[in-house]
Amino acid sequence: MGRVAPSFEEVGGKQQPAVGLGETVSRTVSELRVAYESGRTRSLEWRQSQLRGLLRLLAEEEAAAFRALREDLGKHHAEAYRDELGVLVKSANAALREVWVPLIAFPARAQLEPQPLGVVLVFSCWNVPLGLSLEPLIGAVAAGNAVALKPSELAPATAKFLGDNIGKYMDATAVKVIQGGPEVGEQLMEHRWDKVLFTGSPRIGRVVMAAAAKHLTPVALELGGKCPCIFDTLGGSARDLQTAVNRVVSGKWSSCAGQACLAIDYVLVEERFVPVLIKAIKSTLKRFFTDSDHMARIVNARHFQRLSGLLKDTSVAASVLHGGKLDAKNLCIEPTILLNPPLDSAIMTEEIFGPLLPIITVKKIEDSIDFVKARPRPLAVYAFTKNAALRRRIVEETSSGSVTFNDAVVQYGIDSLPFGGVGESGFGQYHGKHSFEMFSHKKAVLTRGYLIELSARYPPWDGSKISMMRQLYRYNYVGFVLTFLGLKK
Amino acid sequence: MAEEAKAVVGELRASFKAGRTRPAEWRAAQLRAIVRMVEEREQDITDALHADLAKPSMESYLHEISLAKAACTFALKGLKNWMKPNKVPAGVTTFPSTAQIVSEPLGVVLVISAWNYPFLLSIDPVIGAIAAGNAVVLKPSEIAPATSAMFAKLLPEYVDNSCIKVVEGSVPETTALLEQKWDKIFYTGSGNVGRIVMAAAAKHLTPVALELGGKCPAIVDSNVDLHVAMKRLAVGKWGCNNGQACIAPDYVITTKSFAPELVDSLKRVLERFYGEDPLQSADLSRIVNSNHFHRLTNLVEDKEVAQKIVYGGQTDEKQLKIAPTVLLDVPLDTGLMTSEIFGPFLPIVTVDKIEDSIDFINSKTKPLAAYLFTKDKKLQDNFVSNVPAGGMLVNDVALHLANPHLPFGGVGDSGMGSYHGKFSFDCFSHKKAVLIRGFGGEAKARYPPYTTEKQKILRGLINGSFFALILALLGFPKEKR
Repeated sequence: MGRVAPSFEEVGGKQQPAVGLGETVSRTVSELRVAYESGRTRSLEWRQSQLRGLLRLLAEEEAAAFRALREDLGKHHAEAYRDELGVLVKSANAALREVWVPLIAFPARAQLEPQPLGVVLVFSCWNVPLGLSLEPLIGAVAAGNAVALKPSELAPATAKFLGDNIGKYMDATAVKVIQGGPEVGEQLMEHRWDKVLFTGSPRIGRVVMAAAAKHLTPVALELGGKCPCIFDTLGGSARDLQTAVNRVVSGKWSSCAGQACLAIDYVLVEERFVPVLIKAIKSTLKRFFTDSDHMARIVNARHFQRLSGLLKDTSVAASVLHGGKLDAKNLCIEPTILLNPPLDSAIMTEEIFGPLLPIITVKKIEDSIDFVKARPRPLAVYAFTKNAALRRRIVEETSSGSVTFNDAVVQYGIDSLPFGGVGESGFGQYHGKHSFEMFSHKKAVLTRGYLIELSARYPPWDGSKISMMRQLYRYNYVGFVLTFLGLKK
Repeated sequence: MAEEAKAVVGELRASFKAGRTRPAEWRAAQLRAIVRMVEEREQDITDALHADLAKPSMESYLHEISLAKAACTFALKGLKNWMKPNKVPAGVTTFPSTAQIVSEPLGVVLVISAWNYPFLLSIDPVIGAIAAGNAVVLKPSEIAPATSAMFAKLLPEYVDNSCIKVVEGSVPETTALLEQKWDKIFYTGSGNVGRIVMAAAAKHLTPVALELGGKCPAIVDSNVDLHVAMKRLAVGKWGCNNGQACIAPDYVITTKSFAPELVDSLKRVLERFYGEDPLQSADLSRIVNSNHFHRLTNLVEDKEVAQKIVYGGQTDEKQLKIAPTVLLDVPLDTGLMTSEIFGPFLPIVTVDKIEDSIDFINSKTKPLAAYLFTKDKKLQDNFVSNVPAGGMLVNDVALHLANPHLPFGGVGDSGMGSYHGKFSFDCFSHKKAVLIRGFGGEAKARYPPYTTEKQKILRGLINGSFFALILALLGFPKEKR
């Protein structure tokens, strides 16, 4: 079989495919199929045991998880708990509490029977490497599927952590971790899956979906975008201003140093308000980041170069108001604020995914709505405002995966809210019950008895039968059908 | 052609951006216009369906026209409610805050329809797209040219042309449309073309709904009211476009011992329905075109297959008619048993025990629908739990598609996504999460520098502890001066 073109190149330079990689992947896939076909993953007991196993893993190996995240990203364990482990513990507990089991008692009427899709594949991402691996895993096992998890090779310590521990705490024949880079991803997509969830860049998202199309494999794509933050004047309250700035700073630099799909990408603010805002951000940065320990580093040299490249453009460099210091050895970029870089520069057309914050000024804050609308739909739109009319306009006129007012990123932890994108930021949603549904098929089941028979249904169809049906339908089609089917008195 | 497709999309994007399709009034007006069209032009629609498929007027009414009208009425009734945001609990961690899920249109969507229910399968998804507030292009199937032309002529007379358009054409026109960027593509048809649609959509990261086919099995147990079961089976097979329906039972499975009785009863029912010369019956659709006619006749050409015919088999190439045909125990490796028949042949497969039928079905790809005729509760349970399918019916056939409270769609090779009723609205909507916080409830514990005290409170907050919330709201940990 030929290689799928184009390939998954994320790192510059193709890696040599391992000998027998295709066979290894094929074997893994068939083992998962056998495990699923055995029916084991369908029982309530199995699903609960997997979720409990995961909770035990997160409790017992917490220190090792923190170490892995610090090694991969320089993430502080408070951030790691807040954004990854803590959320996972909450999700797994919630999944255990809800009894999302298929109805074993046979229905007497019309109903929906949720069934596992079968054998599913989860591609995770490097920036929230634990969370983006395990949150989908929770949904997939809660729904009764066998799961293959491919963590990102760009967060190798976390990938190893998962590889070492998942098999120990969960059913290793039905839940497998597959390590490797783009070539492994390619091999995996040569196979048919019952669902694939991909978190990552739009470029690779296209490749995954194109490969899935060959097998009619349904996909969900969690992509990114430039999440704007509309910052309104807040009625002059210094305390509220500080609260808002705390949240903006946290929503940019406390989220993996801005390397998060939900991080604030850029800020829109009225011209006259800029000095106040910048002063507040600067002082908050000083207060929060007392040492480099409290902000994640850039994941690797390639992304470091990409980010420094964004600042190389002379007109962009000229717009830097604060920060800009680059430490290539430690892969650290200090929090950087830019004021009105050119709108056609890369920093304003590509997702930044780093600790650089452009501030774009508008004449009236309402102008920011048109600004956002003119651009691809992001994963999230943020707005700090007390103006209810502005709030309503933002919800009604912009489109994004989600909208959060007066805070940022926190929507991720609310599992009653679906998490996912729209347009260029992706499709498919999960978290909470949505995770269960993402990996289920809701089968419609209708049962009839033999008592109610309507002879007009059957050929030969003459005028009287036809007019009888028409009569019934004209009266109340839906009611008629339901009565006809014995579902309505 | 590419230019035309681009122009059409461009015009719809402008209309959508201008906000034309968003107000409930606009959506309701379009839906009411479609109801009017169905009522005023029923004869035109019936004539087109007859021209394309020789569809009996009862089928046209029952399966296409009335279902289309019902879909509109159901959407009109539910619209205001469906458009309302759905409040959800926000929880302790972000207290105080309100959370809701808002449905918004995806934007500009493409509906590609099929030839067998050319009216319904075109208008039904369009109804969903409109109800959800989208601008929509309908590409009807060129294999049902009379219905396609009817749409192109009639729809513009009733609906808002700046937002709802019909584009006719075959492969080149469809390819040109698929190259454009859409916010969703809804395709009904074959798995082969479904793959092409999804691959085209991948280039633009466009989500798709694919309503495909498969071999819908019908298990018939001996524990049944056989006569009623056979009537329902027959009308679900041959009374649905003469078997050319994605949810028509493709084949029957029964026990070796019960098969003779079943065949007998089925023969009697068929003779009652279609008379001694079924090719003359006005109640049978014809085969859509000579391509499909020959595809079907080829399936029974092989002597090994032909000798298994126990009823029917008559064909009329000039009229493109094939009579209802029942076969018993054809070899399992012939085309009739390996591909979707989509025609009036009904193979009967026999097994030793009726429970074996479950494994037989599962050895094939997942079908759009699966049927079971039995009074045995245990068999029913087994069937529902262990047969993956888009939808299932026990003791009847095909009706589930008429229930607007049930999602209609496939799984695995039979497709992805579902619609009907509110599911149509959801199919063409984005469920946007909206979180509204105030400036109270500021929890210093969230922010760096991260101290041990902060982390304790933060943990509690994330785990939904009220105590931690109270501490956080009271400003703990207190800053040392």
